[in-house]
Amino acid sequence: MQKEATYCRNVNENPCNMCMPMGGILPFKGVEKSMVIIHGSQGCSTYMRRHIAEHFNEPIDVASSSLNEKGTIYGGESSLKKSFDNVIKVYNPGLIGVLTTCLAETIGEDIERITSEYIKERGLGDLPVVTVSTPGYGGTHTEGYFLALRRIIVRLARRTEKHSKINVIIPNLSPADIREIKRILRLMKVECTLCPDFSDTLDRPFARPYTKVPEGGTKLADIAGMPGAAATIQMGLTVEDSISPGRYLEAGFGVPLYDVPIPMGIENTDLFLNLLQQLTGNPLPECLEQERGRLLDCMIDSHKYNFQGRSVIFGEPENVYAITRTCMENGLFPVVVATGGKSNKLAELLKIELSEHHGEVHILNEADFSQIREKSREVAANIAIGHSDGRYLTEREGIPLVRHGFPIHDRVGGQRLLSVGYVGTTMFLDRVTNTLLENKYNNYRSLMYQEFYQNNGDANIYFKE
Amino acid sequence: MEKAKADNFSITERKDFILTKGRQKDQLRCGEDSIAGVVSQRACVYCGARVVLNPVTDAVHLVHGPVGCASYTWDIRGSLSSGSDLYRFSFSTDLKEHDVIFGGEKKLTLAIAELAQKYNPKLIFVYSTCIIGVIGDDLEAVCKAASKKYKVEVIPVQSSGFAGNKSAGYRAACDALLRLIEPKTIEPGFYKEKRKKSINYLGDFNLAGEVWIIKNYLKQIGIDVNVAFTGDSSYEALKKATGASLNIVQCAGSMIYLANKMDELYGIPYLNVSFLGIEDTAGSLRKIAKFFNDLEIMRKTEELIKNEKTKVSAVIQFYRERLTGKKAAIYVGGGFKAISLIKQFKEIGIDVVMIGTQTGRREEYETINDMVDDGTVILDDANPSELEKFMMEKGAHLLVGGVKERPLAYKLGMAFIDHNHDRKHPLSGFVGAVNFAEEVYSTVCSPVWNYVTGTGAAFPAPQRAKII
Repeated sequence: MQKEATYCRNVNENPCNMCMPMGGILPFKGVEKSMVIIHGSQGCSTYMRRHIAEHFNEPIDVASSSLNEKGTIYGGESSLKKSFDNVIKVYNPGLIGVLTTCLAETIGEDIERITSEYIKERGLGDLPVVTVSTPGYGGTHTEGYFLALRRIIVRLARRTEKHSKINVIIPNLSPADIREIKRILRLMKVECTLCPDFSDTLDRPFARPYTKVPEGGTKLADIAGMPGAAATIQMGLTVEDSISPGRYLEAGFGVPLYDVPIPMGIENTDLFLNLLQQLTGNPLPECLEQERGRLLDCMIDSHKYNFQGRSVIFGEPENVYAITRTCMENGLFPVVVATGGKSNKLAELLKIELSEHHGEVHILNEADFSQIREKSREVAANIAIGHSDGRYLTEREGIPLVRHGFPIHDRVGGQRLLSVGYVGTTMFLDRVTNTLLENKYNNYRSLMYQEFYQNNGDANIYFKE
Repeated sequence: MEKAKADNFSITERKDFILTKGRQKDQLRCGEDSIAGVVSQRACVYCGARVVLNPVTDAVHLVHGPVGCASYTWDIRGSLSSGSDLYRFSFSTDLKEHDVIFGGEKKLTLAIAELAQKYNPKLIFVYSTCIIGVIGDDLEAVCKAASKKYKVEVIPVQSSGFAGNKSAGYRAACDALLRLIEPKTIEPGFYKEKRKKSINYLGDFNLAGEVWIIKNYLKQIGIDVNVAFTGDSSYEALKKATGASLNIVQCAGSMIYLANKMDELYGIPYLNVSFLGIEDTAGSLRKIAKFFNDLEIMRKTEELIKNEKTKVSAVIQFYRERLTGKKAAIYVGGGFKAISLIKQFKEIGIDVVMIGTQTGRREEYETINDMVDDGTVILDDANPSELEKFMMEKGAHLLVGGVKERPLAYKLGMAFIDHNHDRKHPLSGFVGAVNFAEEVYSTVCSPVWNYVTGTGAAFPAPQRAKII
């Protein structure tokens, strides 16, 4: 039964994505001693700080050039220069990122020129400043993330002698996920430069005294050395070439690029470990094999419960792909797969991935939550997997939500959610399966009662597809 | 040139916005644009406008601009509704590069058409964002044409982010609300007869049902609330705002402009009130009763205050005994909240050692200065490093603030009170005073602080294991 679509075409109703500068902040937070200035009106940085702080439960200091009316009319050059002065005074950063906004781009701010002028005026030749053009209308936060990361590498990378280290490009994962990837790399004895690394900076242990700029992050010298690496592993299958950090290192310095999915799910983790073995020649340690065995055990234990799941998956393309694959290999067939931006690569990947699907599935590109909700209802989804805004599906359609990705603002511990590797996948699957079970326990008595006692089996509750 | 050394006080421009009571004679500077690069905690004009208007329950809130502004403000506030919940949706025209170049008017027109058709609302607020002010979309004209065509009131909100600070957004929201109120003007004395003992309640956004709590009190003393601005309000109710004989204003920062305008246009006088804390709640109820100069109302007011105080005094006393001597730091949005908090803390035996706001007004800072002890740091438009510095210097045990300030307090090993629009528990009235004391107790006296002494992360010095 095809119901007429009632979602709007010229309105985004309850957005499923955020804007470019928001995503651009995150990789800077994973670079040693860095600070970010958002060149635009005061609100942008504040809204973004609020969202990021709530997800990570960490203080998020991001400066704003606080453009006012005067700056908008006559240009924001002096505001941006003053921002540099003040940020340097208070934070003494080792690197400064400058992200633009809708406003700065629309009034035509040349941040590259202003920045180089400033550096010359102040004689700060040794202070790296990374400028990134991230107008809010230019793309999603995911695109902002990768573009900013690419610009960081472009700014810092130096032609160096070949070395045996491997570059690992990390997408927007939780600090816990990054720590798990680092553990796997250590176990595999892989020498690497992992970038960005906000596993400590955005999930710092309680410690006194407090420091304004957290310890940790990828070292600037390591980023500078990335062009000499033996290979780049980039968890960025869905990333367009023009904003791909790995593609830049390949095209500019001949570093071979291996674009891989986030190692979530058994196939993706196998793929990742295979690649590590292939690149290093190191064998798989026994403990990882055991972890793999435990994941298999978990998959078998839960397979019948998971088979009853009809999932709606939404969020950033890279996450969506990894979750979809994990769901597919567990018989938890997705019925709606959606992302807020326009991602051609994701659409292509999903087409292949979902060819093994046992039934009907809808892929929504450039979706808002109004569309996701409507489709989910139409195809009777019974579990949602994605960031906190999916609570809307729970509230309006009774579809329980497994929180995953960014942002998680209505629960604690977004920074601690572990979902990668064999261990993380096991924990992720348990969260999903238990959500299905909880829903079942909550409802089956009343459902059966309604169906078979009250309505003589005619209510079609039980046999609803 | 050598790199400047990191130092909180090297930003000399900030000095006039910070004062220590008793040490300086100069007045505190406030109400100005934030200084670039100091990591202000303030938001923008759009934020101010959206905060004030969002609680209008049956309105479509359409943000004209790129998607971010609508995304960051989707259903993040704790305003409750007794009717429609359309206000919990966030609509955006989701402008793309093409629209920025060729103008967004066409898209806006189509957006309004679709929303009018889908939701059949009586009211649509169209918020302008930064770039709308720059690309020159004629919001006024588009809204006017759409109003006519779809028989729905479409009101533009002039909230381009850069055009001032959050306070400018409050004003833009008040201007939008004024356009709703009917009739547009009245003859002097027109309502003298018609107006009964009914009031408008300005500056309460019904967070966790706070408007309802106050409405109940007022009902008990014989006064009806005509409409609240804007907590749990609706199109029809707002239109009839001129039916009240008095406006009471709680959040003055956002609503004093509207109160003045309504006084000027409709001859409705206003009183400043606050329902935060026992003292302020009782005082405000008495002030309202006195305004009506009605013995029965006054009697009922005293009765209510007596009953409610009896109910809560033992609980407050319990917390007071356990909290006396603790020191609080306050950093909130507006002045009224800051002032009320000083009194509220006094009620539970806590001294305020640092206090600041994002958008406090001069007269509010003067009141604050009169109320706090010598040595208290007062600051306008603070930033994280100033908050950190003064909280540590003053030995604060807890901070009151919003979402962004919370992790800072926790990272400093300090208790924290959520006093923001996201909260899910009421802090108004007598019941709110109990909630407040309870929350302070829950955070200041939590056992977790026993474990975060010293440097925190380091393993404690070895001790002989206790044999139980």
